[in-house]
Amino acid sequence: MQTVFSIAVDALAYGMVLFVISIGLSATMGLMRVVNLAHGAFAMIGGYIASYAARDLGLGYGVAVLLAIFGTIVIAVPIERLLYRRIYGASELTQVLMTIGITFCIIGIANYVFGPTLKTVPLPPSLQGSVDLGFRSIATHRIFAILCGLTVAAALWYLIERTGFGVKLRAAVDNAAMAAALGVRTQIVYAVSFAVAVGLAALGGVVGAELLPVEPYYALRYMVTFLVVVSVGGAGSIPGALIACLLLGGIDTAGRYLVPEFGEFFFYLAVIAIVCVFPRGLAGRTGS
Amino acid sequence: MKRTILAALAALTIAGAAQADTIKIGVIGPFSGPFALQGKNFKAGIDAYMALNGSKVGDDDIEVIYRDVPQPDPAQSKALAQELVVKEGVQYLAGFYFTPDAMAVTPLLEQANVPLVIMNAATSAIVTKSPLVVRTSFTLWQTSTPIAKVARDAGVSKVISVVSDYGPGVDAENAFKKGFEAVGGQIVEAIRMPLATNDFSPIMQRVKDSGAEGVFAFLPSGPTTLGFVKSFNENGLKGAGIKFFAPGDLTQESDLPALGEAALGIQTTFHYAVSHDSPENKAFVEAAGKAIGNPAELSFPSVGAYDGMHVIYKMIEATGGEQDAQKAVDAVKGLSWTSPRGPVSIDPESRHITQNIYLREVAKAEDGTYYNKEIATFEKQGDPGLGALK
Repeated sequence: MQTVFSIAVDALAYGMVLFVISIGLSATMGLMRVVNLAHGAFAMIGGYIASYAARDLGLGYGVAVLLAIFGTIVIAVPIERLLYRRIYGASELTQVLMTIGITFCIIGIANYVFGPTLKTVPLPPSLQGSVDLGFRSIATHRIFAILCGLTVAAALWYLIERTGFGVKLRAAVDNAAMAAALGVRTQIVYAVSFAVAVGLAALGGVVGAELLPVEPYYALRYMVTFLVVVSVGGAGSIPGALIACLLLGGIDTAGRYLVPEFGEFFFYLAVIAIVCVFPRGLAGRTGS
Repeated sequence: MKRTILAALAALTIAGAAQADTIKIGVIGPFSGPFALQGKNFKAGIDAYMALNGSKVGDDDIEVIYRDVPQPDPAQSKALAQELVVKEGVQYLAGFYFTPDAMAVTPLLEQANVPLVIMNAATSAIVTKSPLVVRTSFTLWQTSTPIAKVARDAGVSKVISVVSDYGPGVDAENAFKKGFEAVGGQIVEAIRMPLATNDFSPIMQRVKDSGAEGVFAFLPSGPTTLGFVKSFNENGLKGAGIKFFAPGDLTQESDLPALGEAALGIQTTFHYAVSHDSPENKAFVEAAGKAIGNPAELSFPSVGAYDGMHVIYKMIEATGGEQDAQKAVDAVKGLSWTSPRGPVSIDPESRHITQNIYLREVAKAEDGTYYNKEIATFEKQGDPGLGALK
């Protein structure tokens, strides 16, 4: 019984870190219909900025997180205006080629500027150490990651489902021409959603840095995992992504605890099974 | 008189021709991509050697030609080696970070009449694939065997082994198991985890449940090491007094700033620490630090490359610049010298390097940086892995 609890706690923490990073990708792919393979690269930029701010400039953790989010958005907005705007509505192959190209450029620049070594984001004393749960201990920053994940999920759900901006976004996604005719400034809506998605990537990059350390190849190393989460959850669905992260986190963690020799066999077996039964993901929309 | 002048002239022309000789060395390694740091270390070691010893052997100029294989790719490695031999006319092949890349090149050596000096690839079997292979790095058997004795001496009798599931990981597991059981220890469980593991909490829980007093770990140096060591601390294993043993790949110098506090006190055995206290190493670190740009990026492949160059220089001296692979290799059999890592020699039988293996502990320097502090020496270690092959 203790083992089950223990696996559940680990799965929850791992799943939440995945969720924070992947939800931005889910939004760009589902709502903006852009296959953004550079998503991991933006998460990495966030990690680098936070690491630089906290380690080299000695700023506090909270300031570093905010700097990372806004810094990444400042870097990403010109990229959106100059590059991404051309590929909205383009074929998926064009989008993939363009965004993978951007990823390689960012990897090259990160390698040149920050060097190939690992970077960490130093944690404040309040997040260091571990908390005793009675049957086992868990690192404090993992609890922080779980809380971040829950907050992000709730805030995003509110933004998309309950605000005027969310209405415009959904309208622009379903029929851009009609929305524009009705006075929705779709370009601004897209730019803002892109900024939000990138900001979430950066937040995920920082919060997840303890699990997925920042180095130049971060952008590619974890891309498959992020894409798997989105395709299993269903692009654009917040509950879908949340369930997918918890499910995949659980399968991965249990597999690694019980039968590590099988490697990622169970993880990918589950992915294949889910995608066979739900080709559009767990909460994907049918048709468009 | 006339004849003497002619002879002198002739001698001059011959000497002139010899002077114009350029001997080319082809170095294959990962110079771009995720392992670029290791390639950079190769280059730093080579540059440091040439800066300290000149770029000439006798009258011959030495030219190093680099070729990039970013990730383990035997086919590409072989193609590049062929290109180096045929098109560039290199007389020596060197480098090689990954075992499969080195293995792919060994069948070419005899026909090409070219010796191969391995500067890193650490699987025992490579040297048996061709009589023209010499290695100046280490093997996992060589670095993992002494730590078994360290563990036993620390009063640990039950150890759980946790390694990444790939060639070197399995080598490390076997080496430790053999060494540990020989001194009366017991491996309670051997876990092989997938290379792509990011979250090590479940593994740590298993370590805890196994009731072992110590853990032996091997992972390739890089991002996963950081996650593993942090997880070890955060899951309360360090607090519970479980001891951590590993070969030095886990605490390579370029990862230490990131590992920081978490790595403090970890004991590893390895052939080289950048902090090694000797005049040779001081000169080396200064030259290699200059060559690499950022001295914090310096780590063990640089010293393999440095000594590899030493061996190649000796080969060129012995053959007088003529291309004769067998003669070159024979000349360095039994060669011994003082390397930045300490006294070393080339074992005439296996053509692998015999060297001291050091027990080190991660410590904090006065300026707040972390380093591997050498605390004990296992002298003149050969490669026990070759015995295990037979």
